[in-house]
Amino acid sequence: MTLANMQLTVGPNQFFWKAEDWSALYDDLANAPVSRVVLGELVCSKRLPFYQDAILPAIETLMAAGKEVVLTSLALVTLKRELKATAALAEIGVEVEINDLTALAHLPEGAKFSVGPLVNVYNEGTLGWLAKRGATRICLPPELPLSSVEALCQAATDAGIAIEVWGHGRIPLAISGRCYHARMHGRMKDNCLFACEDDPDGLEVDTSDGTPFLSMNGVQTLSDSCASMAHQVEALSEAGVSSLRLSPQSKGFVETCVQYRQRLDGVIDADTLSTELVRVSGGMRLSDGFLTGARGADWSGKAA
Amino acid sequence: MDHFSEAPIPRFPSPLARALRFMPLAPVSLALTRLTRNMATRHASMFRRLGEHADARFLLDPTDLPVTLCLEPMQGRPKITLYRSPPQADARIAGPLAALIGLVHGAYDGDALFFSRDLVIEGDTAAALALRNAVDDAELDIATEIENLSGPFARPLHKLIELAERRTGVALTRHEEDLLW
Amino acid sequence: MVMEIVCPAGTPAALRAAVKAGAHTIYCGFADETNARNFPGLNFSREEMAEGIAFAHARGSKVLIAINTFPRAGSENLWHAAVSDAETAGADAVILADMGLLAYAANNHPNLRRHLSVQAAAANAEVINFYGAEFGIKRVVLPRVLSVQEITAINKETDIETEVFVFGGLCVMAEGRCSLSSYATGLSPNMNGVCSPASHVEYIEDGGALSAKLGGYTIHSVGEGEPAPYPTLCKGCFNAGDKSGHLFEDPVSLNAEQLIPQLAKAGVTALKIEGRQRSRSYVAQVVKNFRAAVEAVDAGRPLPEGMMARLSEGQAVTTGAYKKTWR
Repeated sequence: MTLANMQLTVGPNQFFWKAEDWSALYDDLANAPVSRVVLGELVCSKRLPFYQDAILPAIETLMAAGKEVVLTSLALVTLKRELKATAALAEIGVEVEINDLTALAHLPEGAKFSVGPLVNVYNEGTLGWLAKRGATRICLPPELPLSSVEALCQAATDAGIAIEVWGHGRIPLAISGRCYHARMHGRMKDNCLFACEDDPDGLEVDTSDGTPFLSMNGVQTLSDSCASMAHQVEALSEAGVSSLRLSPQSKGFVETCVQYRQRLDGVIDADTLSTELVRVSGGMRLSDGFLTGARGADWSGKAA
Repeated sequence: MDHFSEAPIPRFPSPLARALRFMPLAPVSLALTRLTRNMATRHASMFRRLGEHADARFLLDPTDLPVTLCLEPMQGRPKITLYRSPPQADARIAGPLAALIGLVHGAYDGDALFFSRDLVIEGDTAAALALRNAVDDAELDIATEIENLSGPFARPLHKLIELAERRTGVALTRHEEDLLW
Repeated sequence: MVMEIVCPAGTPAALRAAVKAGAHTIYCGFADETNARNFPGLNFSREEMAEGIAFAHARGSKVLIAINTFPRAGSENLWHAAVSDAETAGADAVILADMGLLAYAANNHPNLRRHLSVQAAAANAEVINFYGAEFGIKRVVLPRVLSVQEITAINKETDIETEVFVFGGLCVMAEGRCSLSSYATGLSPNMNGVCSPASHVEYIEDGGALSAKLGGYTIHSVGEGEPAPYPTLCKGCFNAGDKSGHLFEDPVSLNAEQLIPQLAKAGVTALKIEGRQRSRSYVAQVVKNFRAAVEAVDAGRPLPEGMMARLSEGQAVTTGAYKKTWR
């Protein structure tokens, strides 16, 4: 696979945005150099009513612009209303990306689906089992090292499915039953007053001596750093990865998509891309350590 | 959230500890080395459990005694050396003698002692953990091990243990998992 | 029926202690990365496992083998061998999390009972039934994100036995879906069977204050005489916005002893104790307490007084997600 053949997928927005900002993102993405857009609520079912009505128009806009459109399931399904929402996904008629296995239980036997990064696909056995169930594309968990990506790409080729990797964005590290935003504000989850809405890219969590470390997004915990495969796309392409997943952020996201496209097309190099990513985002720290580093937080590019 | 109080761990009586300051260390070191070598033969799996840490140097520091033990497992040919001022090592485990011996005998839980800060771990935490786990599995009984010991090295240890047992209430024989709290 | 006490054993000595203390069932793992407590000096060789199982069976206890990490691509044979060796050793069940491994075990070892590990984070009846239909699991260990009401509802909608954690370390995140540890250290529960590994922990004593770092990140710092919890990442003390403190979870451990009657009413089959990394004395003590508690509940007597605080992390306990206010 050549670099220029690598596609870009936009992952579901992980954060809680106002409905108009949410819609504006997808209007803008209609004209961005991306092939696939996964949308819908991934993190917290309580957010959905605020922008639910904007979802269908967004799907129409993106489809009209020639994008493949996919709906995500929730990452953790426990409540009754969440079970209902998950069951309803299968009936909308758009391809579903499962991010909790509960969603798969509702898909009709033999239906095609894709698998998101929050489903644990660590090995050939699981990949093969999902492929047999109808998976056509798997976005691998962000914590996988390059050696696993290579082995899984091989298995995916044999099974005739596509592999995507986490290409850009704060990394989803954990999901919980507890809402940390609510807890921090001294509220219970059921009465959270949507504290997470104030942090469109998550709330930075520092160590007690001031080192940026994580970010908080309701029931989800992400990395502080923004993963970027700027320096890794050649290795990923060689391994057989067919698509990079870019995760939405509040500042400069469409520009970010354009720059990744330019990187894949050989217009700009890794350092230029990295510099641009930091600039348009307003100073995010970058990392790519899960793939080749000693740990997830490491960055193989130049120090900022 | 509930907080609970706890029974204190006995401390080695300080007059006795002071007396130890004048004890010649070399014969005791030799005796302890002999003791641990005997244990190594009888509990080979204990040293296997150390895995990659079988070449580490451990400082066992009874904080109520004026001496520190340096344990070198040396792949199952262990050596113990006593020091008044401790050398460099990979890991240091420090606490009252009763806590250290109680750990060996399964009377205390290492994590619990650590949470309550009765036990301090420094240096290579993984090595210290491996030693703790290996010792916990071996179901050692120091008193029995000493009884099995003969020859010139046995005497100073016998005397020391006898003294300590009489005067401190420290757990010197293995408990069948009956706890001290 | 008396609820089943499922007790951890990190070493053969702990297994024997648990059996003697009255554990109905003991769970343990092989000494490699196939199990989620792959800690230095812990776990069982093949030979030790067979001996341990024989010891337990002779005294009427069962042994479950946890093979609950996610097999590494290119090395699945290591995990396949573990399943096969578990059957050979006479295990009463294996505890699995990975879909591929579940499928492998169901196809190749159909007579070996399969439990779904908490690492699979199966948090509702539909997905539990799905695992039952696809992989023939007989029991699920429920994730520690559910309330007693939700557990009751799950049991109404599934025939698969449920097992819940009642004591020990508490994961605040959905287990099996957390990469915090590998982000900071490169080693994760899912891939390496360790969380916040000791090899990456550094304690720094500074004039009575003790600070603990993990992979270079300061997790917490405690003053002289204050309890010093292990620097588990999610229980650290952090700053966010204008707040600082234990933003994810306090350094507490779970003690749901008082909820046993409610859990029994909720239809739970087995009560699980966390702590394969703990000593044999811990294991014996906790088992004795819980065995007495389930016997009391079964006989309709009040619960005996709890006395396990000393064993708890940071010496403070919580009932966790079982009470809804935890969220």
